[in-house]
Amino acid sequence: MNILELTLLLWVGAVAAGLVGALTGLGGGVIIVPMLTLLFKVDIHYAVGAALVSVIATSSGAAAAYVKEGYSNVRIGMFLEVATTLGALAGAYLALVVSGASIAIIFGFVLLGSAYLSSRSRQETTDLSPPDPLATRLRMNGTYPTAEGMQSYHPRRVPFAWAVMFVAGVLSGLLGIGSGALKVLALDQIMRLPFKVSTTTSNFMIGVTAAASAGIYLNRGYIDPGLAMPVMLGVLIGATWGARLLTVARVSLLRIVFTVVIIALAVQMIIHGFTGKL
Amino acid sequence: MAPSSWTDERIDQILGNLLRAGVILASSVVLLGAVLYLTRHGTQVHDYQVFRGEPPDLRGLRGILQDARALSGRGIIQLGIVLLLATPVARVMFSVFAFARQRDYTYVFVTLLVLMILLYSMMGG
Repeated sequence: MNILELTLLLWVGAVAAGLVGALTGLGGGVIIVPMLTLLFKVDIHYAVGAALVSVIATSSGAAAAYVKEGYSNVRIGMFLEVATTLGALAGAYLALVVSGASIAIIFGFVLLGSAYLSSRSRQETTDLSPPDPLATRLRMNGTYPTAEGMQSYHPRRVPFAWAVMFVAGVLSGLLGIGSGALKVLALDQIMRLPFKVSTTTSNFMIGVTAAASAGIYLNRGYIDPGLAMPVMLGVLIGATWGARLLTVARVSLLRIVFTVVIIALAVQMIIHGFTGKL
Repeated sequence: MAPSSWTDERIDQILGNLLRAGVILASSVVLLGAVLYLTRHGTQVHDYQVFRGEPPDLRGLRGILQDARALSGRGIIQLGIVLLLATPVARVMFSVFAFARQRDYTYVFVTLLVLMILLYSMMGG
């Protein structure tokens, strides 16, 4: 297979990965790494580098649409980005010393966890206790538009969420993923933010987090232009297409099918990691 | 412009446009590099099975700029990727400025911290 054929195939695969990533809410990064390593036999370090690039592209592209709707909370996002970027640096350094097989195994388990987190039905809870003093001092209380007008919300347990965000950053830097599932968990389960606010704020943070590890990947030669090019352009198109599809079609059946595919990919990554096939 | 007009909503809008412009610019540069790379090297074979690491000229800004100026396809793609990495950095820089206009110095500090971490990574860690 020559470079032209390989690039076209990678591009088609990346479009599919971006689409599935958007429809399942897991992001393109978690599909692209297994696809590159299992299907295209790409070394996992190159795969993680290319995935990080695509994560930044989709996050920035989607954030442009999100921030205008007025759901994301820039203060909460920025405060927690200190944790995610520090974590991302740690994750990138970890990736330089950890073997490809170990990365594959960790990837598989994180993928299973993410699939579980995002498939769970979430209960929106109304919290009537008084605002958290720390969150108030950090000016994190906010409002968001709903059908019944502007609704106010008060974040809880900021330090706990900060710690979880650090872990999300490490996983992002080590595995080349956005860690969206874990970020949303910290925002809506721990801080008790409304769904719309957590998903958009999480997306807003993903690009900055990924950039914090991508700098190190680039400088250590982990980002190959020939590989990152079709991946970035493909995932971007697939994710945009997926986001449009979500607004016009009911995709619950598709989501179940894709979740099964993702579980299969995760198991494959774990098996390949243990048998040393990667 | 009076500081009072720098509301959170207005800042969000500018941020949204900034991010979109960054992604479009970066993708266009990557696409241009792709055309050059594929027309020149499309029939060759490249294998990603074994990790070798990129050559030194594709790892740092100076080398990438040199390669891009020499119209190397891989150099131009890598320049597009650098532009993409710069988009979140620009976003954070803009937030420093926006929080300063709002006289919210706690968040000027928080945002500067994030900016420093990002720049540290971009310098190679």
